[in-house]
Amino acid sequence: MTEFTTFKIFRFDPATDKAPRFDTFQVRTRPGQNVLEALFEILEFQDSSLAFRYSCRGAICGSCALHINGKYRLACQTLVQDLRGELVIQPLQHLPIIKDLVVDMEGFMEKFASIKPYLQALQEPEKERLQSPQERERVDEGVSCILCACCQASCPMTLTHEGYLGPAILLQLDRFFQDSREAEKATRLDTAAGEGGVWRCHTVFNCVAVCPKELHPAEAISHLKQGLVARKLFGKSKGHK
Amino acid sequence: MFQHQVLVVGGGLAGMRAAIEASATAEVALLAKVYLIRSHSGAARGGINAALGNHPEGREDSPQRHAFDTVKSGDYLADQPAALILAREAPERIIESEHWGAAFSRFADGRIAQRRFGGSGFPRTCHAAEHTGHALLHTLYQQTIKRKIKIYPEWQMLALAVEEGRCHGVIALDRMSGETAAFAAEATILATGGAGRLYAHTTNGIINTGSGMAVAYWAGAALKDMEFMQFHPTTLFGTNILANEGGSGEGGYLLNVLGERYMQNYAPKLMELAPRDVVARATQTEIDAGRGFEGGYVLLDLRYLGEKQIRERLPGISELCLDFLGINPAKEPVPIQPGQNYTMGGIACNEHGETEIAGLYAAGECACVSVHGANRLGGNSQLETLVFGKRAGESAAKKVQEEAVAPVEKVLAATLAQQRERVEALLKRAPGHETGGIRAELRTLMTEKVGIFKHRAGLTEALEKIKELQERFTRAGISHTGRTFNLDLARALELEGKLALAEVIAAGARARAESRGGHCRVEYPRRDDQNWLKHTVAHCGAEGPALSYGEVAITDFPVEERGP
Repeated sequence: MTEFTTFKIFRFDPATDKAPRFDTFQVRTRPGQNVLEALFEILEFQDSSLAFRYSCRGAICGSCALHINGKYRLACQTLVQDLRGELVIQPLQHLPIIKDLVVDMEGFMEKFASIKPYLQALQEPEKERLQSPQERERVDEGVSCILCACCQASCPMTLTHEGYLGPAILLQLDRFFQDSREAEKATRLDTAAGEGGVWRCHTVFNCVAVCPKELHPAEAISHLKQGLVARKLFGKSKGHK
Repeated sequence: MFQHQVLVVGGGLAGMRAAIEASATAEVALLAKVYLIRSHSGAARGGINAALGNHPEGREDSPQRHAFDTVKSGDYLADQPAALILAREAPERIIESEHWGAAFSRFADGRIAQRRFGGSGFPRTCHAAEHTGHALLHTLYQQTIKRKIKIYPEWQMLALAVEEGRCHGVIALDRMSGETAAFAAEATILATGGAGRLYAHTTNGIINTGSGMAVAYWAGAALKDMEFMQFHPTTLFGTNILANEGGSGEGGYLLNVLGERYMQNYAPKLMELAPRDVVARATQTEIDAGRGFEGGYVLLDLRYLGEKQIRERLPGISELCLDFLGINPAKEPVPIQPGQNYTMGGIACNEHGETEIAGLYAAGECACVSVHGANRLGGNSQLETLVFGKRAGESAAKKVQEEAVAPVEKVLAATLAQQRERVEALLKRAPGHETGGIRAELRTLMTEKVGIFKHRAGLTEALEKIKELQERFTRAGISHTGRTFNLDLARALELEGKLALAEVIAAGARARAESRGGHCRVEYPRRDDQNWLKHTVAHCGAEGPALSYGEVAITDFPVEERGP
């Protein structure tokens, strides 16, 4: 069973184009085919100037996050058959466009680096630090994040305030705040309270709605908010239970 | 020209571990084809072996036992001193990763959890839920940020600047700008991953084109044991994403088109729990005999387990089936087929990562130390990246401290000019879409003739066809000549490397008249230690690969039949 599907794809080469446009392609699709495979069909056999990112094609590397029919998704994880009618594909929002579906990720990566995204612990015992399965469970959300930036692009606050760390980065901040091995929890809260921190979140929940790994950045943000409130009220800076 | 003391190429686990180590004493930069967190190490699910003895049934475990399992699984082609290093240094690397924040799963007493994995005598596989590679990849990335290691993301290595047996650095293409530039380095470490994308059916990501191996080969380095490919029995039909043998290990049935549980004809005792290569060969036999479904697949039937069991015991399978096949395994059987999974061979190097070329090191899947021999033990791939990534970083940094050999600019400039010419020549050819066809034909050819079953006639045919594809490539045009993020160009450059590697693999496979580990020759179904207990070594000759053979280091474990 083969049929053709119409793909409308955002095109823009800042080097040569005055304005962006949409190009339309007809792609022969089969059951089970995903959007990334269709993009390769176009690249190899219809228009080799198309630019997009890819790597693992298994929804774990986070390269192919795109705006597909009204929602941010991973192209590899999105089956053509699950979408109705023609497909409209655009790049991640509010990041500078390099070409077509490829955007400049440097700003996003710099925001990530700015929160000191690494465990800061006091002593290094000879063996592993002990951590109960329950304590381990509390970092699971942050550890499962693939930094694809779907949530970041879907967030209206990230769009309107350039300095806002955004849901993806705050999820990572919470990942270290939640870690039983972390020694700098107070500093983590200071970052959360900062100019680009959690108080810019308006709990719109777009981040939760789009996350391809079904994570809850909004919940992570609320952990940090609770941590800040608790610190103010009781002078504590413990992780959320 | 960019200049660094140590330059690491490849941003997966091996490359980052090498860069972290070297950065302790040397100035380091890391260049990679993708952003580091997009590397394929992240797709590794199963886990990482270390004889920690944390499991109640693992108290008698030891590095010696781990090394033995590694050597046995490798069908005795592994170099035993290297396998012992792998096993002895495993606990340190795991503990260190934990100290860096890796989120390993835990036992109730708080220690790192360990579980059983196929081929291992003890439960020694540590894991971070079902996403061990992802968790480790991000942990190491965090450490590169902490150490402020200079990163060049989305740069594709095109060539090594080598003269008179010494490497002076790398020529690379900036995908973003389309510019080609030279990177001078006193030491260069390659950690560029495997070559799965030579095959039509592979669990490897799209970026795993084997380019680093090809570049090293062109520069004069030896490739070792390239004919040894690991094939996994259960990959999802269509995308070939790995569906861990968890599926069959937890009691899933493999069924052919007649509805028969065919493993009873191949391994009546172990059935679906037989070793990976046995199940892969059985499944391929069924498909080849016309007992597969149209398109070449069989079914993994998990339905009788029920929704609840599947969710609890096989987390991940439901998700993969829904995401990539659009089916629920509790309601429908899962179409699966065997696929290439791991490249055992690679750039020949010793246990310090040193290659035949001075100043050039290799680590991880692109390297062949060799610890995996003819077939890699499950849980050893991520371990190899950390153990030998660290060792390569350490020895490269030590070397540049001991004897500072300044890279020769003339060599770099000449290589840069050659590579610019290569790129321009590709762009100037008559525009066309032939590269897509060549790529697809090569991948099908490798799967059919240089895959799970190989025989002399098929391999001869493959070698002829590869020559023809190489010849066609010299005329194949690029239809997009823009500079910014030109995938057509980037992928054509990768394809050239694939065509060279394919020849090395097919030539090695045709010469090796035995079956051992991942290499199965139908005319020679048995292992032949008398004639073939030796490493295949390939150098780039004028007419293709020049093969020679090297000794296997056997020190601790006498060679035995591998058994079931």
